[in-house]
Amino acid sequence: MKKEKGTMALEEKEKKTRSDEQKALQKIADQDYKYGFVTDIEMEDFPKGLNEEIVRMISAKKMEPEFMTEWRLKAFRHWLKMSEPKWPHLTYPEVNFNDLYYYAAPKKKDGPKSLDEVDPELLATFEKLGVPLEERELLAGVAVDAVIDSVSVATTFKGKLNEMGIIFCPISEAIKDHPELVQKYLGTVVPYTDNFYATLNSAVFSDGSFVYIPPGVRCPMELSSYFRINASKTGQFERTLIIADKDSYVSYLEGCTAPMRDENQLHAAVVELIALDDAEIKYSTVQNWYAGNKEGVGGIYNFVTKRGICAGKNSKISWTQVETGSAITWKYPSCILKGDHSVGEFYSVALTNNYQQADTGTKMIHLGNDTRSLIVSKGISAGKSNNAYRGLVKISKKAENARNYSQCDSLLIGDQCGAHTYPYLEVENPSAQVEHEATTSKVSEDQIFYLNQRGISTEDAVGMIVSGYAREVFQQLPMEFAVEAQALMSVSLEGSVG
Amino acid sequence: MLSIKNLNVSAEGKTILNGLNLEVNKGEIHAIMGPNGSGKSTLAHVLSGRSGYQVESGSASYNGLDLLDMLPEIRAREGIFLAFQYPIEIPGVNNTSFLKKALNEIRKHRGEEELDAIDFLQLIKKQMQLVEMKEDLLRRPVNQGFSGGEKKRNEILQMAVLDPKLAILDETDSGLDIDALRIVAGGVNKLRSKDNAFVVITHYQRLLDYIVPDFVHVLSDGKIIKSGTKELALELEDRGYDWLTNEPETVA
Ligand SMILES: Nc1ncnc2c1ncn2[C@@H]1O[C@H](COP(=O)(O)OP(=O)(O)OP(=O)(O)O)[C@@H](O)[C@H]1O
Ligand SMILES: [Mg+2]
Repeated sequence: MKKEKGTMALEEKEKKTRSDEQKALQKIADQDYKYGFVTDIEMEDFPKGLNEEIVRMISAKKMEPEFMTEWRLKAFRHWLKMSEPKWPHLTYPEVNFNDLYYYAAPKKKDGPKSLDEVDPELLATFEKLGVPLEERELLAGVAVDAVIDSVSVATTFKGKLNEMGIIFCPISEAIKDHPELVQKYLGTVVPYTDNFYATLNSAVFSDGSFVYIPPGVRCPMELSSYFRINASKTGQFERTLIIADKDSYVSYLEGCTAPMRDENQLHAAVVELIALDDAEIKYSTVQNWYAGNKEGVGGIYNFVTKRGICAGKNSKISWTQVETGSAITWKYPSCILKGDHSVGEFYSVALTNNYQQADTGTKMIHLGNDTRSLIVSKGISAGKSNNAYRGLVKISKKAENARNYSQCDSLLIGDQCGAHTYPYLEVENPSAQVEHEATTSKVSEDQIFYLNQRGISTEDAVGMIVSGYAREVFQQLPMEFAVEAQALMSVSLEGSVG
Repeated sequence: MLSIKNLNVSAEGKTILNGLNLEVNKGEIHAIMGPNGSGKSTLAHVLSGRSGYQVESGSASYNGLDLLDMLPEIRAREGIFLAFQYPIEIPGVNNTSFLKKALNEIRKHRGEEELDAIDFLQLIKKQMQLVEMKEDLLRRPVNQGFSGGEKKRNEILQMAVLDPKLAILDETDSGLDIDALRIVAGGVNKLRSKDNAFVVITHYQRLLDYIVPDFVHVLSDGKIIKSGTKELALELEDRGYDWLTNEPETVA
């Protein structure tokens, strides 16, 4: 941004033009969180706090097989020995883990058999979120496995997917109905010992999605799950497990919004992806949790562990994320490229505003020969926010001819925000080709004026410029998600340009 | 249509426009010439509302509105168009969707219905013939990687689509080859009507062979020191600016 500095007493009219610009931006800034509302569904609460008893109760409540209870307990015992990590670029008050509820489910005796049986209040919530299930079912061809708080309440398109042998259901259901698959794969990519939050998740995860695509099957629709944090002080511990068997393909969408809350809410999800020979998994996220107010109070703590393994030859995992929400985001969707000729991709837009903090990036671990990875990261910082990219590219000794290309761009809006880039590189094989490019730019006043001069308001101009900047990533998103994500950009770009 | 009275403008404490007067009526074409740094672009920027300038005194009224009091986007929607001397690149923003958005903002302001994608495409295809622009430029990001000439044509295309009442062309001819110059000028001539007006900033008499102005003004040191008809441009071509800039001294 070319800033004309040193202006003496601003002439009145000029001042007006400028402050109108700021007003326009402030206006968006002042909009209350668009999805801030609370549904009055009775919650079935466990006692607060965490101990072995609670872990057993969760497992019992879900009527889990023995192996699951044992796994949870092992994780819990391990967790007791761990301490919460600290990061240089994130600051937040300590979380009291004994002051949280570890299980909350809409009160219902039996699960609903169809949409008719779903609590109308809950359906109304989906309406407000713009996710009318029945419409999606009919029009969009998206099967939605909807998770409100902890329990999945509606799954659609099951029949059609069933015919193809595709399993798409709440993970709690998969644990009961497909224990052999769960036992075989759960924790193989993110072991229960992995990190503080992943370990906690392993002990107490409430629900999440499970996907299995059988060999040779191309999943005919985008699978989609809407997560939502809805109960006060309920830490959310979703667990997602996606397995693409040989020569199969699946595209999975995860999107979420959360109601306005005063208290910080912890969110510690784990996502595991497994791609066997010649299989491909595309995982897209639009994350828009409550980021806290303009002073930085409230908002979600989003500590997520997402990791995929390209276990088989020629397999491919592609992560695409648009992160606009949460007070704190700590998230590194990663790929372990084990199979020869496997491919890992990471496309990310992370936008922070006000007092938001994001520390996100990826890890590409090359183990197989001729493995390739691509990283495209677009950070956008506005307000007083801090946005860090942290990425690791590791080429192990045995990985011949591995290639990586990383492009990490930062865009600054205003001059009180920060952008940091930490590319880590560990190359143990001399045949590797690794390239890294990084740029930092500012939204320029010339660009805004050019658009203004064509009749476009400053608010829209900034939205356009930012969407243009992040286009490479948006292009990776499925159509309907791309539109939603671009809209989110403008909503999230609050009070940013000066 | 446009009435500028005793306009004084400074930037960073430096006076740039210094008692400038200009009257533009509907249906007229005014050419503004003058040495580098005399304030031509500044005038164009101040009229279109770019920030960074302070209006010290004077006024500019446009169709009865106090122009200097309006946000730049409102001026644009009221029909003021600036063809930039240096068009700006907007990476990643599609040229067509940008222009559609711009047009619909203007139409909304006028109380007209917004054009849908199909109607818009028809309009833009038609106007593209006016400037003989290559179609692939429509699919590319706004001005990004455009050649100098392509950028200028893109400005004229935007003008043709947005159909302004007062168009200010800031050195649109600079950097154009002779064919492009003819095409751009042809576009302007097709767009001119008794209801709109053009202010054409240029260094070259040549352009004025194609776009024949009603008036030619010489801007020097922030004020108009001489106005005349198109013959003045020919004289300037011949004699340069010295005889004019020296004149006040001999008078004084
Ligand atoms: N924002 C600014 N701050 C300081 N000086 C400025 C600013 N904008 C313009 N000027 C100065 O004002 C003078 C007039 O500039 P302007 O761009 O209007 O000239 P011009 O007549 O368009 O010249 P050219 O024919 O080279 O395009 C120049 O000396 C320029 O350096
Ligand atoms: Mg100029």
